[in-house]
Amino acid sequence: METNHNIQAVLELKNITKNFGENHVLKGFNLKLSEGESLVIMGKSGSGKSVMVKCLVGLIKPDGGTITIKGEDITKMGQRELDILRTEIGFLFQGSALYDSMTVRENLEFPLRRNIDKIKNFTGTEVLVKEALKDVGLSQTIDLMPSELSGGMQRRVALARALILKPKIMIYDEPTTGLDPITSKEIIELLRSIQLKYKTSSIIITHDVDCARVISSRMILLVDGTNYAEGTFKELSNSDDPQVKAFFKN
Amino acid sequence: MFKTIFSSSSIKSSIAEVGDIGLFAGRFFREVFVPPFEFKELIRQCYNIGNRSLLLVMVTGFILGLVFTLQSRPTLEQFGAESWIPSMISISIIREIGPVIIALICAGRVGSGIGAELGSMRVTEQIDAMEVSGTNPFKYLVVTRIVASTLMLPLLIIVGDSISLVGSAIVENLKSDVSFTLYFNKVFTSIKFGDIIPATIKSIFFGFAIGLIGCYKGYNCEKGTVGVGDASNAAVVYTSMLIFIIDFIAVFVTDIIFNV
Repeated sequence: METNHNIQAVLELKNITKNFGENHVLKGFNLKLSEGESLVIMGKSGSGKSVMVKCLVGLIKPDGGTITIKGEDITKMGQRELDILRTEIGFLFQGSALYDSMTVRENLEFPLRRNIDKIKNFTGTEVLVKEALKDVGLSQTIDLMPSELSGGMQRRVALARALILKPKIMIYDEPTTGLDPITSKEIIELLRSIQLKYKTSSIIITHDVDCARVISSRMILLVDGTNYAEGTFKELSNSDDPQVKAFFKN
Repeated sequence: MFKTIFSSSSIKSSIAEVGDIGLFAGRFFREVFVPPFEFKELIRQCYNIGNRSLLLVMVTGFILGLVFTLQSRPTLEQFGAESWIPSMISISIIREIGPVIIALICAGRVGSGIGAELGSMRVTEQIDAMEVSGTNPFKYLVVTRIVASTLMLPLLIIVGDSISLVGSAIVENLKSDVSFTLYFNKVFTSIKFGDIIPATIKSIFFGFAIGLIGCYKGYNCEKGTVGVGDASNAAVVYTSMLIFIIDFIAVFVTDIIFNV
């Protein structure tokens, strides 16, 4: 199957294992994300997708294996080094995870508080916040509270917050889950346009076949904590394997 | 019943939890003195804990003083000892009743609030979002709240005690024509530094306990919305118990040091 292994990897997971007591969630998972690539990871609920992405950003420590981001193994990093590296990674949470005691403006300013020095050509917090909101089409919501926004708008604001530090790598954890089909399509289009504008390398965790078709340059099917199948959308959607077929049924 | 409460697994889990709280407190002391400092958030938390609890503390303190004096008066009258009321009330309130009652009120108001707020932030992944944005959520959320409650509780207790004495003075003024000046003269003659300093020191520990347990329960919250309720409830229960334990230790130590 076609992959971009010849291009330099910005992120690599090798033989990742994670157990919660007797529950073996990840059993030697491998992943390589190349520069500019959009890698979609699909899998059934409980297959270990969310645990894998949390391992990826250091929220959960894996039991075994290595996670290399830009050539550095994050499993051996101290808290401070990890915090610095995390500013290069944008993370869109499944439930948006907006800080509900802060306005949209404060939500977007939050990642900037300690990290302004990491932004090239810094033009001011206000400019960055307004630019990020404009990118997601929500300039008018700047002084609203998250509770005043719809689910789709919250997801867009969360996306703006994830992008505000201009990360090189974006991780989307089920970006369209819980949204109606029309809003889902808008979010998918938004992700595509943002990837083109910011030229990020992305990992997208999703169940949404439409999302995978539009965004992915490569896909991995995660079954029982291991890589079950890998390839482009076209290759996997035409596969004869019953487990792979099951994902593309509808 | 006895078997269930004192089963080996429940004892083990209780000991493990005490250990976890100890580690959580250890992390607080490691991070509290290391920059960057979150002064803006600390001031916001001081406002939340101090200003927003002020009315509750004042009302509680005032009624405490009124009721305590009204209840004590008939008994002391039987022995012709009404003149002892200002001394007795002030020493009881400043040394013991004021700090403990106000700390328990704040455990309910502040401890449960912190537990519920951090718990809900945990289950909605807001704490994870802070962590991946390169901000240390422990420093931003936990350290600021513990420091704020440690600073604010002694102040709230001083206000509460003062209002209590005003309430008591009003009762004395109405019941026996004791003027406010005479009442407070008697109060200040009876109170010694040995009454005020230990009470203030123990109120600092009460504040620390309220912040620590509220943050510990909220920060480590699990199991969705049910977990948030449990965290809030457990924060109040654990803090209330801890307040009595701290009070017992404080009285014991005060007895040795000040011999009162």
